[in-house]
Amino acid sequence: MSIDTSKVADSNRDEPATAKGPSKVGAAAGWADDRLGLAGVMRKNLRKVFPDHWSFMLGEIALWSFVVLLITGTLLTFWFRPSMSEVLYEGSYSQLRGIHMSEAYASSLHISFDVRGGLLLRQMHHWAAMLFVAAMMVHMLRVFFTGAFRKPRELNWVIGSLLLLLGTLEGFTGYSLPDDLLSGTGIRAADGFMKSMPVIGTYMSFLLFGGEFPGESIIPRLYAIHILLIPGILLALVAAHMLLLVYHKHTQWPGPGRTQENVVGYPMLPVYMAKAGGFFFVVFGMTALMGGLLTINPVWKFGPYDPSKVTAGSQPDWYMGWPDGALRIMPGWETHIWHHTISWNVFLPIIVLPGVMFTILLLLPFIEAWITGDKRDHHLLERPRNAPTRTATMVALMTFYGILWEAGGNDIIATTFHLSINQITYINRVLIFVGPLVAFLITRRWCISLQRHDKEMLLHGYESGVIMRSPEGGYSERHLPVSEEHAYRLVAGREPDEVYSIESDADENGVAARGTRLQNLRAQLSALNYADNVQPPTAEELEEAHDHVDHELELQSSLAHPADGHQFDGHNLHDADEEPLR
Amino acid sequence: MSHDESNLPVLDAEEPIPNPGLPEHQWRPTDVDEKMARRAERQVAAWFGLSMVCAVLFFVSYFVFAVGDDPSTFLHFRTSNMALGLCMGGAFLFIGIGIIHWARKLMADHEIVELRHPAASSEEDREATVQILQLGLEESGIARRPLIRNTLLGAIGLAGLSPILLLRDLGPLDISVLKHTIWDKGMRVVRDVVGTPIKVADLEVGDLVNAQPAAFFETDEDGEPLVEGAQLQVEKAKASVILLRMDPADNKPGPGRDDWAVDGIVCYSKICTHVGCPISLNERTTHHLLCPCHQSTFDLADAGKVVFGPAARALPQLPLMEDAEGYLVAQRDFTEPVGPSFWERDSQ
Repeated sequence: MSIDTSKVADSNRDEPATAKGPSKVGAAAGWADDRLGLAGVMRKNLRKVFPDHWSFMLGEIALWSFVVLLITGTLLTFWFRPSMSEVLYEGSYSQLRGIHMSEAYASSLHISFDVRGGLLLRQMHHWAAMLFVAAMMVHMLRVFFTGAFRKPRELNWVIGSLLLLLGTLEGFTGYSLPDDLLSGTGIRAADGFMKSMPVIGTYMSFLLFGGEFPGESIIPRLYAIHILLIPGILLALVAAHMLLLVYHKHTQWPGPGRTQENVVGYPMLPVYMAKAGGFFFVVFGMTALMGGLLTINPVWKFGPYDPSKVTAGSQPDWYMGWPDGALRIMPGWETHIWHHTISWNVFLPIIVLPGVMFTILLLLPFIEAWITGDKRDHHLLERPRNAPTRTATMVALMTFYGILWEAGGNDIIATTFHLSINQITYINRVLIFVGPLVAFLITRRWCISLQRHDKEMLLHGYESGVIMRSPEGGYSERHLPVSEEHAYRLVAGREPDEVYSIESDADENGVAARGTRLQNLRAQLSALNYADNVQPPTAEELEEAHDHVDHELELQSSLAHPADGHQFDGHNLHDADEEPLR
Repeated sequence: MSHDESNLPVLDAEEPIPNPGLPEHQWRPTDVDEKMARRAERQVAAWFGLSMVCAVLFFVSYFVFAVGDDPSTFLHFRTSNMALGLCMGGAFLFIGIGIIHWARKLMADHEIVELRHPAASSEEDREATVQILQLGLEESGIARRPLIRNTLLGAIGLAGLSPILLLRDLGPLDISVLKHTIWDKGMRVVRDVVGTPIKVADLEVGDLVNAQPAAFFETDEDGEPLVEGAQLQVEKAKASVILLRMDPADNKPGPGRDDWAVDGIVCYSKICTHVGCPISLNERTTHHLLCPCHQSTFDLADAGKVVFGPAARALPQLPLMEDAEGYLVAQRDFTEPVGPSFWERDSQ
């Protein structure tokens, strides 16, 4: 664009306007500060810097969809009646009129059909819940793949994991409330899950349901948990998550001028506040559009809960799909011992497995830190390719999750594609072990190839697409050096890997030192962690490579003439040397 | 885990390519061209204006489009929900787009550099804090007076348990009710929903009937049902059954169950032994019954045994006979608990 940039318009000044004596705003601020003394804190934080990158927006989606949930949820409580007393439905949905149902289901129908905007609120609430969990998950992947969980941010990772767990439970308790046939079937299964726990299971079920399933207590109890207990904890954890984020200052991508010691970006007031605040309206608007246009959980179609009825293709909400898949592919193992029953077929996939997976998730930062022995602070993000083992670990976990999720829809897959449900299940039983392993190996090698490519580009330049013919008739492609900024981006923040090693197995008396076995394991894991990684080039290597490239370019200069055959596409007009650097 | 930190490189090690520093700030067209700036200003205002239009339309839609008995429809969709969602979506979305447009085009876009500080407090602060903590411990004498410390811990522990004890009355703990259902000797097996009793001749070979105990349809002298509300749901969750008539030659009764079927009509619990979903998908040619929740498959011609899926136990069978009038009735209650397994279940 041909715009004269020498003269800056005075619409946006660099310096803030100077205060013009006491104004009304100033007086109000003074009044408040006399009592609250917040000026000191605000002075430090109002211009706090937030770095910019599209991926930093994922957590914001989660935050704002949580706010949408609070707003729509509060409004829904005004009409919803969490009661399992039987009523005769006489509302305006004719297909169910005259049918006995719980008051909870009747009030859900009332919200959907007789309250103006009620269905919108219900659908916004449900869509926002799905968005909330999905955004938290993708945000978590971003944090993991870029290494943003490293010291000093491990505790925020733990808080984030708890948020994901609680968000999932909040979702389950929420979609169980309408007491329709689908949600009742979910509660029925949850009762079976609880009963599978050895020793305490049956009693837990009786306490939660107030006696035998289904009873008349479960909806009011889930309601108390859904609107008070879990949201309260979620709010507190969200606050802690944000406070730590502000205290640590956000991580940033390395780049020109962006180092371990600084943070570069826009100030909170006004730019970041406007962008983040504006984004709230975008998220709210999007959920409203979804609530208005896309049907979700049409409870009126399922009918009231009846323990003797079920619909084919019963599925939980998507984030509950993976343990359900584990449940589906588990063989029917059960142990009878001393007049007691342990149902492994339920207990292992639905109680033990999610617990183990969550523990692994929680511990990931600590496991990596222990293996690498890295105790330094990290504020610069790493590209996933530069930590191949880390990236491959998460991809393996994702594959595990994905296969179970797919197994949770095995009936839908079977009916949609006319396949045998038995075969799908047998294949999944194998895939669940093989898939993550294969995914790990492929991802790791893929990352290492990308590392090699980066190093190649640094040392020998990029492929310019210019084909040269030598006088002997040989063809070669001209490589051009990458620009200084690009080159810096490729090496910035990277350090050569340091494999953890033990100095000696024994002390001076020849006695094996305490904890040596653990240290050995650690050294082995560390070696595996870094095995085959491509190290960043040293300054000498770069120097040598540049000399080499210069020499080559010199040799090729005699060949440099406009390429033949390109008269019509504009490519014959310049020399290879004039090709702009990438 | 003692670990020597010196085997790691220091973070500010010399980089192989020197840091070129922050690139120069690029002025945007709106920074240098008053016309462009004013244009952006109008654009932002236009977004906000659009939002206001949507909000007004939202108010209008609320009153114009009917819900309830005679809802307004548009292409079979209920107009009220769609219009309210679209207008509210627009009203909020356009505010968001406007603000972000404003921030990108008109707010100063100078990047600011801020220095980081270590998350840890200064060494001095740490030491002072440790000293204060120690002083506090010292002054309270909690370490020197174990009697006070231990009794306090004991008191808090016990007092803390008391609210937890209140949870005991969340429900009755008589789990023996799981072992029985409402079925009893001579109770008629009736059709689900309508409650009509069933004769052998009513069923053709291959017919499957969802059935319930007759007790669910009995009423007192005032016509009020005897079992209703939550109690009905509890009993239904255990007593629902499935009747299937097959060629008697196909049926392979389990040990001791030779007289449990009537002319090839067998009766099994409808509640899956996996996690308790009602089983409903029948494969007519094979006598296989599939649970739609987790696809456990049971063979009703072979004592209800599991042929596929995650369930571990056969479906409990209800022994059938004919009463004096020729209707199908239960010989007795189920001989084992129905539904999902639980710890106290004696499966021997």
